[in-house]
Amino acid sequence: MDFLRNVATEYQTVFYLFTVIFFIFGLKLLTSAKTARKGNLLSALGMLIAITATLLYKGILSYDLIIIGLVIGSIIGVVSAYAVDMRAIPQFVAILNGFGGGVSALVAIVEFLKGELPVNVQKLPFDEATKAMYFHGAVSLDMFVGTITFWGSMVAFAKLQRLITERPIVLPAKNLINFLLLVGIIVFAVLLTLYPENILYMIGILVLASLLGLSLTLAVGGADMPVVISLFISYAGLSAGTLGFVFLNHGLIMVGALVGASGLILTRIMAKSMNRDFYGILLGNITPPEMAESKDSKDFYQGKVKSTTPEEVAMILESANTIAIVPGYGLAVAQAQGAVRDLYNELTKDGKEVYFAIHPVAGRMPGHMNVLLAEVDIPYDKLKTLEESNELLPDTDVAIVVGANDVVNPMARDAKDTPIYGMPILDVDKAKTVIVIKRSLAPGFAGIPNPLFIKENTLMLFADAKPGLSEILREYKGLKS
Amino acid sequence: MDPIIAAIILFVLALIIGFEVITKVPPILHTPLVVASHAMASIMVVSAIEVTGKANTSLTTILAFIALLMGTINVVGGYFIADRMLAMFKGDKKKK
Repeated sequence: MDFLRNVATEYQTVFYLFTVIFFIFGLKLLTSAKTARKGNLLSALGMLIAITATLLYKGILSYDLIIIGLVIGSIIGVVSAYAVDMRAIPQFVAILNGFGGGVSALVAIVEFLKGELPVNVQKLPFDEATKAMYFHGAVSLDMFVGTITFWGSMVAFAKLQRLITERPIVLPAKNLINFLLLVGIIVFAVLLTLYPENILYMIGILVLASLLGLSLTLAVGGADMPVVISLFISYAGLSAGTLGFVFLNHGLIMVGALVGASGLILTRIMAKSMNRDFYGILLGNITPPEMAESKDSKDFYQGKVKSTTPEEVAMILESANTIAIVPGYGLAVAQAQGAVRDLYNELTKDGKEVYFAIHPVAGRMPGHMNVLLAEVDIPYDKLKTLEESNELLPDTDVAIVVGANDVVNPMARDAKDTPIYGMPILDVDKAKTVIVIKRSLAPGFAGIPNPLFIKENTLMLFADAKPGLSEILREYKGLKS
Repeated sequence: MDPIIAAIILFVLALIIGFEVITKVPPILHTPLVVASHAMASIMVVSAIEVTGKANTSLTTILAFIALLMGTINVVGGYFIADRMLAMFKGDKKKK
């Protein structure tokens, strides 16, 4: 046992290297749906190595609390992971992410209060004063990142869970306030680095960083949540990285960078598919562009909308060969995934080519819609990306739009005065016939009318998604018998 | 080499590897990717374990224990939910 503990303490970094290698290969396997599950397992194994090596670490004096914490935490973790509804995954991720930030900040606080430099920092080849400055500088940075991540994620959670309004809450002179908060944090961080004995400086950082985290996320609207979640993943990675610098722990530094990169890439992808400025987002400008004054949609649609019946839709489907289903978050809200699956099964049974055209921001987080459809056993090779779908759509006989609106609005192509201008959309209007299942002509998040609904080849089926789809299925089966 | 410079080099290298690997993840797997990479970030739990094992006052013990609890929920919850999601992605094998 002593031997093991010696090895774990002396070669800590080597164990972390294994962890990181496992993580990288795990991520690599995650690039394909076939191997993704193995990838996750591999990365969990890497995590186990890191935790085991830490448990064996010599500096640990008492195990009682550690064991209690690990056991209770594991039970809560497993139970909640199996209990959570797939539609609530974004909330779940937001709250876990907040925990990540919380861990980072709390550990830094504890380490700071202990008033003793971490082992690896003590080993630095500098004089005592420089070492202390390095340590307190790192602690300040870590508290800042960790606290912002914690509060930002908690606000995101509250918004997704509808505990607070999904509308953006924008403070007057928001940018000025945020800027002043940031300056205040920097001032306190410098003071803490120079005079670590004054605990008020630490509290100053924590309070101002909390306010900044709140102000940044409160300003975000519900539709922009996919961007925010990706951004906070990146922040959680940075929290791990900065914590690594506090302890000079190479494992944390490497993993932090890895995750930080992954979050940034996702943020960029999301920003692109929502037509938001990526660099603006990094600077905290996540608020959507000014909403154009909602045009009088009554006039817009007056007399031009062709409405249809489930019966007619069934007949159109019968004579079609290729069918695209275009799901939006409304589908999940209506809990119509099962109904869509039944229709899909029936149509494919008759030899029709059916695929799902999925916009990157359908759902509440990156790739959310894919998970919701996979949950009802839709094969993943039928889930087509934006680019794939837009290649297929011109040759598609029927496109059925369920619960999506802004992501199929052709105004994004040319109407410069609309908030969605420039956003990549699914070219649903290029399909031969378009069927839109929708309760009313109410606008989507962007608050603008949709010219798709009055197009020549568009038929509107005014119905709730779930009964609407079931009706179509029943009529379709009736046609054949 | 200066250990701090070495640490910064590690940080940058890992950043590059991260960009390289993750750019190749297809959009259909973005949610599992978010969850899995998030689970990896929860490696912070190791430092929570360390400070819990070394805490010397009641205030630091309480703070460290909260951190340990949150960290463990994070790791375990993250990996299990990612696994649950990935298990749902099936190919078109069982054609009837």
